[in-house]
Amino acid sequence: MYAFEIERPTTVAQAVEALKNEVAQELGGGQTLIPTLKQRLAAPEVLVSLSGIAEMQGISVSEGTILIGGGVTHDDVAIGAMAYPTLAALAGGIGDPAVRNRGTLGGSLANNDPSACYPAAALASGATITTNAREIQADDYFQGMFETALDDGEIVVAVSFPIPEGASYQKFVQPASRFALVGVFVAKYADGVRVAVTGAAEEGVFRWREAEAALSADFSAAALEGLSHPAEGMIGDMHGSAEYRAHLIKVLASRAVVDMA
Amino acid sequence: MAKVSMSVNGKPAEAEVEGRLLLSHFLRDNLGLTGTHIGCDTSQCGTCVVHVDGKVVKSCTMFAAEAEGKEVTTIEGMANPDGSLSKIQAAFQTHHGLQCGFCTPGMVMSTVALLKQNPDPSETEIRDYLEGNICRCTGYHNIVKAIQSAAAS
Repeated sequence: MYAFEIERPTTVAQAVEALKNEVAQELGGGQTLIPTLKQRLAAPEVLVSLSGIAEMQGISVSEGTILIGGGVTHDDVAIGAMAYPTLAALAGGIGDPAVRNRGTLGGSLANNDPSACYPAAALASGATITTNAREIQADDYFQGMFETALDDGEIVVAVSFPIPEGASYQKFVQPASRFALVGVFVAKYADGVRVAVTGAAEEGVFRWREAEAALSADFSAAALEGLSHPAEGMIGDMHGSAEYRAHLIKVLASRAVVDMA
Repeated sequence: MAKVSMSVNGKPAEAEVEGRLLLSHFLRDNLGLTGTHIGCDTSQCGTCVVHVDGKVVKSCTMFAAEAEGKEVTTIEGMANPDGSLSKIQAAFQTHHGLQCGFCTPGMVMSTVALLKQNPDPSETEIRDYLEGNICRCTGYHNIVKAIQSAAAS
């Protein structure tokens, strides 16, 4: 690892101030960033640790929405998000117990790994990402592989998820990494169904709008039968071809619908 | 450099550390607690698992500076006060839940955390919880038996 200084702010304001230094970078739970630093793939001169900021902790529920602090760990979401059981289960399926005790919701969304689970939950739920500066709708937030609408030094302080009538997340686990080879999150709301897909596309998480339209008209696995997702733009690698991933999208979406019945 | 003070196995530990110093290196090099092993250094293998405020973490994937004010417990803190093996350690010995023993400290630390949250885990739950702990000898079968025995006793 290259050398760096570490700063440990205790408020969002202090962290924002520390991040005005252009050689500084945020450190969430570190479960992606620390391995990256070890491989010398990043060389920040200052790391600003966000794990000691009390404002970024806590889970609360009001008016059909669950609000989760950006610094809340996956394990705490798994235990504490009982108002949105599918989201809690998704968090409980990330990585392993030790990783879940450090990795955070905000860190995952800020990193936007194309195979991460949380982006699918946020996009399918139409979540709102609250930063130190503004609120960003999930539809505007995810902008490509490891790309988000966040500006430099902008911190994910909290995320609010509208709680759906029903939801299911189906993850086809890549056997070696345990990341999602493909993951499909289906969320059914009074005004329609949202379907988000992770792990599959070169551009990262995306909505499968044809499936949303079909399921909004007729919420059944049969409604998906005539659909197929094109392989174009899908990731093809040693773990699965683009065609295979495209095929999995439909299979997992159908499983999600059956799971919700 | 950053000042850090924490409690390790109930004793205060203080140091001035580089930002990049990992908790695993702090425990081994600064404190001489070499029971915490470093197997892969890529966050895969779990031989470096310790408890921070009662929760399992991979100490190779956390900076020492971030343990400020925390309670850290390592395998050296697992024995009974009289120095005899704890129930879980004894179960690993009885059922030979190890081959070379390199993964054992991490396995024991994970088991302690598992049984605290689920005192009667099924075999599936045990294997699921140990997902982040790799045994390079593939001694999993006896490890699972040891954990089942510790849970039952």
